[in-house]
Amino acid sequence: MKYWIGAVLVVIAAFGAALSGINEYFFYAAYIVLTFVVLSTAWNILGGYAGYVNFGTGAFFGLGSYSAVVLFKALDAPLIVQIVAGAAIGAALGFGVGIMTLRLRGIFFAIATVAILFIMETFMVNWRYVGGATGLQLLRPEVMAPFGSYTRMLFVVMALLAVIAVSIARYIQVGWIGRGLRAIRDSEEAAECSGVPTLRLKLFACVVSGALMGAAGAPMPMYLSFIEPASSFSLNWGVSALAMPMIGGTGHWIGPVIGALLLGSIQQIVTVTISNEINVLVVGVLLVLFVVLAPDGVVGLFRKWTRRFSR
Amino acid sequence: MDPALLQVKNVSKHFGGFTALAGVSLDIAPGERFGLIGPNGSGKTTLINCISGSLRNEGGSIHFSGSEISRLPAYRRTRLGIARSFQIPRPFHSMSVLENLLVPSAYVTHLRDSEGEAKAMEILADIGLADKAHALANQLSQVELRKLELARAMAAKPRLLISDEAMAGLAGAEVDEVLKILFDLNAKGITIIMIEHIMQAVMRFSQRVVCLDAGKIICEGPPTEIVRNPDVQRAYLGA
Amino acid sequence: MIFSFDLLFEAVLFGVLLGCFYAAVSIGLSVSFGLLDVPHVAHPALMVLGSYCTWIVASWGLDPILAGIILMPVFFVLGVLIYRFYYETFEKRGTEAGVRGLAFFFGVAFIIEVGLILVFGVDQRTVQAPYIGSSWAIGEYRLPYRMLVAFGIALVLTAALTLYLSKTFTGRAIKAVAQDEPALRLMGANPVRIKQWAFGIATGVSALAGAMLIIVGPVEPALDRLYIGRTFCVVVLAGLGSMSGTLAAGLILGISESIVLMMLGASWAPAVAFGLLLIVLGIRPQGLFGR
Repeated sequence: MKYWIGAVLVVIAAFGAALSGINEYFFYAAYIVLTFVVLSTAWNILGGYAGYVNFGTGAFFGLGSYSAVVLFKALDAPLIVQIVAGAAIGAALGFGVGIMTLRLRGIFFAIATVAILFIMETFMVNWRYVGGATGLQLLRPEVMAPFGSYTRMLFVVMALLAVIAVSIARYIQVGWIGRGLRAIRDSEEAAECSGVPTLRLKLFACVVSGALMGAAGAPMPMYLSFIEPASSFSLNWGVSALAMPMIGGTGHWIGPVIGALLLGSIQQIVTVTISNEINVLVVGVLLVLFVVLAPDGVVGLFRKWTRRFSR
Repeated sequence: MDPALLQVKNVSKHFGGFTALAGVSLDIAPGERFGLIGPNGSGKTTLINCISGSLRNEGGSIHFSGSEISRLPAYRRTRLGIARSFQIPRPFHSMSVLENLLVPSAYVTHLRDSEGEAKAMEILADIGLADKAHALANQLSQVELRKLELARAMAAKPRLLISDEAMAGLAGAEVDEVLKILFDLNAKGITIIMIEHIMQAVMRFSQRVVCLDAGKIICEGPPTEIVRNPDVQRAYLGA
Repeated sequence: MIFSFDLLFEAVLFGVLLGCFYAAVSIGLSVSFGLLDVPHVAHPALMVLGSYCTWIVASWGLDPILAGIILMPVFFVLGVLIYRFYYETFEKRGTEAGVRGLAFFFGVAFIIEVGLILVFGVDQRTVQAPYIGSSWAIGEYRLPYRMLVAFGIALVLTAALTLYLSKTFTGRAIKAVAQDEPALRLMGANPVRIKQWAFGIATGVSALAGAMLIIVGPVEPALDRLYIGRTFCVVVLAGLGSMSGTLAAGLILGISESIVLMMLGASWAPAVAFGLLLIVLGIRPQGLFGR
């Protein structure tokens, strides 16, 4: 119950912020950070809960972006339709990749996600309708009532999407599905012999994860007023979506949120003040540091400290 | 005569060029205490994996309670009533002992957590792990891990339990503990296949024993006969 | 789409050279991932690092192949250190090594890539050598000398490594540790030392592979991303644990890529390795000769 109160408060706060006089730049940055909340939460459903690592978050995210562009270009589809379509296509891709590789060991799934990423990019590079390698400019409305700017509206949309994503992750984690996924992660063979339908659960997690990533990708072209394959399908999305839950903590739904807020904010600051390359370096270094020194992430560290003080 | 609970007919399994099982057949009667022995590499664990579903057999058929199960994935076989423990224990290490048992109780017996916990505590009490119910699985000792393997298999309410070297590496009194657990389970009507290297355990426990060597059954009969059989002695000691 | 048997034959010929090159750059991964089961997604990044190191050494006046050979012992030590670290941190603990190990190597790959960008910039680098730039003309076909050189090195390297693994004691121990570690322990050998040594060799080989990479074409820091596809495609197609399969798999990839390059152009060629990889994973994940 406490959770839902918190969730509603977050949504109200988002609306409130968007209607207030806060600096426009805040919304530009916050939109990206919220996108990462969705991506890292989505990643964690398969990666943290079930133990199957996805390197190709960009494939799902980019596919969501491109399907939004196609719908916008062909049918002038409204944003909500773009998002739903992004989710559906992301789910379908998750199912496709899953059914092909989730039967195999984890590393094969991981490599397959990289393969999908590159194949998607190659496909879009060669598709003239969406602009090929140079990409497409998009015209979006200047304002979207009752918000002062389109970006503010996108900020609220992404905040809603983030709350939805986290709620889904929490629901999965707390229920019997989450227990089954954890069993798979701890020992897949023992899970299967304990009656857990491992392939089905993995597929489920992959589909949900893919759907959320696709949904997060859909508003991106509108946010940028632009789309092009290299950045949409970059491996960089993958490293961030992986680093954030690993830094935040993979066992609990709050981990990816913490990781996204922390690392996302750091990224925004570093990219603007130093450079994009240093940004990627920071992500890589933090990832390796946490994986080696604090495998349970910030959540794990917090638990250790509270245990120490409760004695 | 009761129809066999498990019928393995002419099962074979190859790994590349290596033949792990070459046409193995055996019948297990309901309620039986069955021992499976053989030197390392003879195919015991492969046979168990084919029965439990971790591996698919290539030739032959496997019938459980009358239905052919060769095509079924392992989780379905567990739901039909076949449970197994692992030679090297595979606990769900991020969960407590109790939570380990909640996995089969949720996925096989479909109990809600409140009922599942009660049933799980009963099993843990029977097996002697009740005081460790909330300990994390990765903090248990060897013998406790073995007991957890059996407890978790029990939480799936099996009709057939396959115990894969549950006593390997345990000392005298610990072996007796585990043996007693298996006897108690059998007394409740559960058919048990025991794979063991500890001969005195196999002798005390089994009503019937089969010896595998190089993927084939070389001897079958009551334990006293098996241990005297020259082929068995040769297989273990190497002629 | 222009199609003629002449062009096809030339593409196949080029594909054979390319394929052997792909086999050679993948053979290190065949050892580290195929035999040792290390989720080494940083293998291509180490190779690109080797390319840049070759560029540095070559800029002192040395022939790039010589540079690569000189770098091999350096990279061998690097490989031993990396494996030692990986083992102590992840493999020893067992449990959740899978996710963490993958994440670790992924992070390392990114750090190497960005490190290279920061030091060398994003521009492409090339090396100079007498055999780079000219081609051998046979009849109507032109085979670039640099490809022939890479082809030659590739054959020698593959043959040497295969022989090493099957004929020498250490080599056979490496294969044994992949198949049955407990048995090896019982024979008195230390599996960790052996794996460390093997990983060192795999990384040392990557130095030479990096030299070949910069001989064959210009190199940039992000090249490792593309080669994740090519190297893993070769290793998976060959079948984990099969050294000889690496050559066959490399040829299949090289020829396929060359034909696609000819028929559809350079914008489609990068996807061939990834596509082939997916097909193999979907239809026959154990590869051609895998266990």
